[in-house]
Amino acid sequence: MSDVVEKTLTALPSLLSLDSQPGSGKLSSTSKLGNLIRGITELTSKHEEEKLIQRELSSIKEQVASPNTSMRQMKELMVRAIYCEMLGYEASFSYIHAIKLAQQGTVLEKRVGYLAVSLFLNESHELLLLLVNTVLKDLQSTNLIEVCMALTVVSQMFPKDMIPAILPLVEEKLTHPKEIIRRKAVLALYKFYLIAPNQVQHIHNKFRKALCDKDPGVMTASLHIYLQMIKENPEGYKDLTASFVTILKQVVGGKLPMDFNYHSVPAPWLQIQLLRILSLLGKDDQSTSEMMYEVLDESLRRAEMNHNITYAILYECVKSIYTIHPKAELLEKAAKCIGNFVLSPKINLKYLGLKALTYVVQQDANLALQHQLTIIECLDHSDLVIKRETLELLFRITNAQNVTVIVEKMLEFLRLSKDDYTTIDLVGKVAELAEKYAPDNEWFIETMNTVFSLGGDMMQPDIPNSFLRLLSEGFDSTEEDRQLRLFAVDSYVSLLQGEPGRLPQRFLQVISWVLGEYSHLREGLEPATTLRLLAKLLDMKHTSSETKSWVLLAMSKLCEGPDCVSLAQELSERHGGSLDTVLRQRVQELRHLSEDAELRASVLPRDAAQEPLEVDSSLSFLDGFVSEALSAGAAPYKPPHQRQEELAQAKALSLEPYGLSLPISMSSCSLADRQSPTLLSMSSGLSGNSTDLSHKGGSTTLKLDGVKRVWGKDGYLAQKEPVEESAQVEVPSPLCSPSRQGGADSTHSQTPTPTPTPEPEKEKQQLASSLFVGLGSQSSVCLMGKSEQTPQRFRRKAKGQGSSSGASEQISNSHYSTQSTVDNLLCNNLLDSTVTSDLAVSTPEQTPQLSQEVATTNGTCDAEQDLIEETDPGNSPSLIRANSTVTADPPAHKDPDRPKDSCLSSHLPAELAGLSHSEIIPLCSSQNLDLSACHVQKEDALLLVIFIENSSDSDIEQMLLQTESDELEVSCVTDSPVEAVRSLSVSVYQYSLMVKRPAAHVALAGTASYQLPSGESQVMQFSYRLPLTSFIRPLCVSTEEYGTLWLAFSQDTKQNLALLNDGQDPLTATLDVLKNKLQLHVVDIIGAEGIVACRLLQGQPCLMHCRVHAGSLAVWLRSPVPDLPDCLLYHCQRALQEH
Amino acid sequence: MIKFVLMVNRQGQTRLSRYYEPVELSRRAALESELVRVCLSRSKDQVCLPDFRLVYRQYAALFIVVGISDSENELSVYELVHNFVEVLDKYFSRVVSDTIMFNLDKVHIILDEMIQNGHVVETNKSRILAPLTALDKMADG
Repeated sequence: MSDVVEKTLTALPSLLSLDSQPGSGKLSSTSKLGNLIRGITELTSKHEEEKLIQRELSSIKEQVASPNTSMRQMKELMVRAIYCEMLGYEASFSYIHAIKLAQQGTVLEKRVGYLAVSLFLNESHELLLLLVNTVLKDLQSTNLIEVCMALTVVSQMFPKDMIPAILPLVEEKLTHPKEIIRRKAVLALYKFYLIAPNQVQHIHNKFRKALCDKDPGVMTASLHIYLQMIKENPEGYKDLTASFVTILKQVVGGKLPMDFNYHSVPAPWLQIQLLRILSLLGKDDQSTSEMMYEVLDESLRRAEMNHNITYAILYECVKSIYTIHPKAELLEKAAKCIGNFVLSPKINLKYLGLKALTYVVQQDANLALQHQLTIIECLDHSDLVIKRETLELLFRITNAQNVTVIVEKMLEFLRLSKDDYTTIDLVGKVAELAEKYAPDNEWFIETMNTVFSLGGDMMQPDIPNSFLRLLSEGFDSTEEDRQLRLFAVDSYVSLLQGEPGRLPQRFLQVISWVLGEYSHLREGLEPATTLRLLAKLLDMKHTSSETKSWVLLAMSKLCEGPDCVSLAQELSERHGGSLDTVLRQRVQELRHLSEDAELRASVLPRDAAQEPLEVDSSLSFLDGFVSEALSAGAAPYKPPHQRQEELAQAKALSLEPYGLSLPISMSSCSLADRQSPTLLSMSSGLSGNSTDLSHKGGSTTLKLDGVKRVWGKDGYLAQKEPVEESAQVEVPSPLCSPSRQGGADSTHSQTPTPTPTPEPEKEKQQLASSLFVGLGSQSSVCLMGKSEQTPQRFRRKAKGQGSSSGASEQISNSHYSTQSTVDNLLCNNLLDSTVTSDLAVSTPEQTPQLSQEVATTNGTCDAEQDLIEETDPGNSPSLIRANSTVTADPPAHKDPDRPKDSCLSSHLPAELAGLSHSEIIPLCSSQNLDLSACHVQKEDALLLVIFIENSSDSDIEQMLLQTESDELEVSCVTDSPVEAVRSLSVSVYQYSLMVKRPAAHVALAGTASYQLPSGESQVMQFSYRLPLTSFIRPLCVSTEEYGTLWLAFSQDTKQNLALLNDGQDPLTATLDVLKNKLQLHVVDIIGAEGIVACRLLQGQPCLMHCRVHAGSLAVWLRSPVPDLPDCLLYHCQRALQEH
Repeated sequence: MIKFVLMVNRQGQTRLSRYYEPVELSRRAALESELVRVCLSRSKDQVCLPDFRLVYRQYAALFIVVGISDSENELSVYELVHNFVEVLDKYFSRVVSDTIMFNLDKVHIILDEMIQNGHVVETNKSRILAPLTALDKMADG
């Protein structure tokens, strides 16, 4: 009885809600899925959840494997599996069944199959390959719904390598009579563009057709592709500006069908998309911007309705107006709009207004002035997000004059903040501002004290690091340096006399270092007093052993006189037995140094913080000791990873560290760029042996690069300078009476301030005057003198932001960069001497057959094909022709006269003819010109050779080639660039390429502009892509040198590679393949291990340590270039696969 | 760009999750509970965390939380959420929390029509529902 009641009750909610639904009511809550859902809703603890889901998983596992399970049941099983994964429990056994369901199910079952696949698998999952056939079949289905599903899943995820298999089918769908199919086909192509842009190069004109589709949905879909392409290359799509403007005009004008409206606003998301495209196109381009002024104005006008979505459009509109070439009238309207946002009582709007303002102040700081009172109010707003956004805004407008007030506000917020992310972020900002704009020593030290106490041990380690460097390296005047150090010493002594127990560890480390280095500056401060204060720290419970070694090191610097000897002895008795070896060593050092003043003076010379210090990171001075120990029977040293591996093998325990509790993506990327090159790494040693070294490094890193570095990071002030001209004196006048300011600045007359100023209001205005001082361009010339005084008094900033800090930044980039520039020069010189200027050889056998293709083409090619080895330097073109026709199959827009390829290679400059070069590939062509290119590998360089072939009967004038690349440094090695290409001739350009930023494939883009005899100028675009392997050269080092290098780099990249099994010795065979294909140098093979070395052209090395383990090749890579190991691994994998 | 869409209830249980950037399964639960904590501790509709911003709306006991990148327009996403709910309402006649639980697959199908690869691909209600209603008709007929 009770059973029945319960059933009815549980069925009730679903009955109520499912009642009148289309295609529903099939799900009874007594089904397995219903049970699961009920189970989930009734959960009360994590433990229960785990039990429930584990039970569920095993039941699903059993059922999916059963051959009797129908497709309908399978669908339900998949939904249950989706639930389990949603709650965080992996159901990987069901993945293959999801694919099966997509394959065999019908209608909704099939859709759920596809859905499950897209939820379960990530884009690189290998099971995805099994989906290709199903997709292929469905794309050809006569059932539109199935076609739709297939296109949907394709636009969500598809294996990159399989795109060619379905591309023709998807392309065909672009002309399908149904809009939904066309739309989804466009979205699928968008996905292809995202994952493999080269594959869809040839259908660019079809994108244009989609943009002009009569159905607005299809057009909207094509905008995704355009937004992406324009982001990458705004120049290429300027001609479409008029079309986008027209479309936006029509949308804004309400020409779309009613069902595109959202709360009677016509297609708002489409409008936003179009506005984004327009702002990309109009950026820094006056003539293009002029085309869009009218429609932007109209958008602003139309978006009057009082609804969130119109505000969203307005925000986008305002952003566009401030991005494109400015027009006063529009700026004024946009400013007014921002004003309305900021003043709104609605939090969402206020937030958006502040965000817009933050974006805008970088262009026009005046706008912040107008809204200063509102901004002040936002500072005290009850909502934390509003507060944070306001601080972000203030951060952007900080200058030398308002820094104290703004930093004070930030610190106020920090004291209340409980959120770690906010704290880390803000502490970094305060430190940055303090370094950049500090008005005086006292303020600087005190602010940094607060930063260190509030930031605690969470803050970025480079903050204390750069602070200490600042102190140690000093500025122009020795007197200033002394003052600052003295002040720091005073401040720290009094802190230690207070309650040092509360201070964070990082702060204590800073304090001990400063006291150790500089406490002698304070007259009357006995070293013994300082020592006692420091010794107190050692006794505190919370002091970490890392801090203790900092303290002990500081004490070693200070100990002088008989008192100290006894103190040192006492300490060594107390800590000499510590389990921490580093600590023990420090105590011993202290004791020895306290007894021998002479030794101390030479080991720890006073005031030598800025002296460069040579660090032998390979510890070569221990070589003798090591070999002695080895000969006496000691076990050879094993690097930590090897030890770990062996340990793992022995105990079969996973020693992998636990994952972070939060995803990496959440950890603040924005802070990443704060890392300084001399970042202290105090906790991570290179190896077991070198922990000691890294600790020593910790306290001496400051000396590592003897580079004079001045205040702060450069960049910001330079841009701000004109604004800062305004003066302090003017402060009270424009700001205390905004009405007057409004008068002065006629456009901004609507600052909302009541004329009779009540008391609190006055306070705000005062705050405003101190916050916004130094902004605004209305400050007059007569005040200049005064304002200039400010930077001068606090000497360092003026030059800090200028030349010297930039220069020091450059130099401090460790010796690798210098080395590379040397190489660079050498290489260029070499080339200069060997390469003659362009050859313009006419080609009699060249048939001037013109392709009737379009005049401007965007050609791209992939030069990844194998190099064609030319055996004989003086070989005839016909020989190569035979060679090239076999391997080469140039992309779509080839000319009818194919032998061109081989003809071109005869134009290779004589000195390059004997070298191996890649296949010559057409880049792009127009009616008159054909551009082709290949790359030539030299021992010490990589040359890109571009052939410009004039196939018309008239000469081409003013030929200009320009190239650019994110990954490559391109320098022209031709002395004088060719300007004219004579009729029926070929000109050759040579570029030397160097890798700036390693990537698996590097590419460069370029434009060729020229003038036709008619005077008409033409532009062509091209791009060229080549694998990183072209830049890899063997690095011939001995085993010892290899060992030294290996220790010099710390970061390991680890990966398992396939082991080739065809030879008798798999390791040698595998390494041989890598050696031959990638030009690696095999340094040594010892037993099951091998070491391999290579370098990039500039000389940056990459080391590889291989070890045969469990049927595969475990590889560790180390390199000073962060991305290099990954790229190299990619090519290793490919080389082994291809083998 | 939209990074993920979540539906969570007041107790912090996930009712639907869709990620547009790869996040490991093992990390999702921790992320989700962190988000719920953040959302519940605030009465307003937008929150920012360092690497992404959150936009969320509350419908009775259900939160719809969207993680977006810095460059995305918060208010447009805020309204997108409402559009999504209106579409659900249109399809299910009256959408309640249970409806979503019992029709997880269909809610996902609707969401797939609206957002792909982190971008808004369709906002027209009848067009969003067209494929699903066609499926229903096929199944019925």
